[in-house]
Amino acid sequence: MDSLTIYVLRLGDNGLVLSQRLGAWCGHAPELEIDLALANIGLDILGQARNFLTYAAQQLGDQDEDSLAFQRDERQFSNLLLVEQPNGHFGDTLVRQYFIDAWHVALYSRLITSQDPQIAAIAAKALKEVKYHLRFSRGWLERLGQGTALSAQKVQGSLDELWRFTAELFEADEHDQAMAAAGIGVDPRQLEAPWREEVTAGVNQAGLTLPQEAAYRRGGKQGLHTEYLGPMLAEMQILPRSYPGQQW
Amino acid sequence: MPQHYWPLYEVFVRSQQGLSHRHVGSLHAADDQMALENARDAYTRRSEGCSIWVVKAAEIVASQPEDRGEFFEPADSKIYRHPTFYQLPDGIEHM
Repeated sequence: MDSLTIYVLRLGDNGLVLSQRLGAWCGHAPELEIDLALANIGLDILGQARNFLTYAAQQLGDQDEDSLAFQRDERQFSNLLLVEQPNGHFGDTLVRQYFIDAWHVALYSRLITSQDPQIAAIAAKALKEVKYHLRFSRGWLERLGQGTALSAQKVQGSLDELWRFTAELFEADEHDQAMAAAGIGVDPRQLEAPWREEVTAGVNQAGLTLPQEAAYRRGGKQGLHTEYLGPMLAEMQILPRSYPGQQW
Repeated sequence: MPQHYWPLYEVFVRSQQGLSHRHVGSLHAADDQMALENARDAYTRRSEGCSIWVVKAAEIVASQPEDRGEFFEPADSKIYRHPTFYQLPDGIEHM
């Protein structure tokens, strides 16, 4: 695979895995309105993923978005470790979402000037969506942080627990660097400053404490995942794998 | 444990410029900002609007059904107030 395909596939896998996670809240969220909001956000992100996977499939030639989503195994998925982490309680999902929303806004606001017209077009559409997602997740971070002693304690626990997956968001390998040099992609290292600015402001506003250090985990982009991705993929893929070519 | 519900909000959506906001439904939210975001998700996800108002249902002052007689019926017998004698030209919308 060339660097362009790998770069686009990673973006697609991030969205696909995160949207599957968010979809699992459907019917289980603490309030009907949150149920709707999480499903809405998940569907926005699934739409972005479909665009990226379709583009990656065009590069590969012999694939389509469905075969990329349903026919690949865990080691072939190149999403960030953060997005595959389990939903946990609402605070866990919310912090995961806040971290990724802040990253998405920084990423897409740079990708809109990509030299690749396809990526620039996807980013332009996605940017409006992720700005809304950030508004939702930052608002909830503040409510949970400033809510009760219990909600603050729980969401602080989520921040501390998920912090170790944030370093991977800003790591660049040779494919990232090649795409950045060609003006097609963004060097992930450039996203760290704007991300930190947003997250520091959001966490402070919520009256919470920004975690300092952690035993950072990495490897998702290279296909080395945490124990949680495999079972999720098994559930996501069982239908098309059990009934290949099935239509409805 | 008693179930505590978030306050009820009423939602008004303007479907396009030049029209007025119309009541589309209600929802629960813990604060005003959340009400606005919930309304966006619940009532405008299929491009129904370009502007949203939300207001706490408890803050709406409403006429009561039992006041209907004195509030509304006196107008029924004053047909000279009803603009029924005008012909509306074709092409006038939203009257």
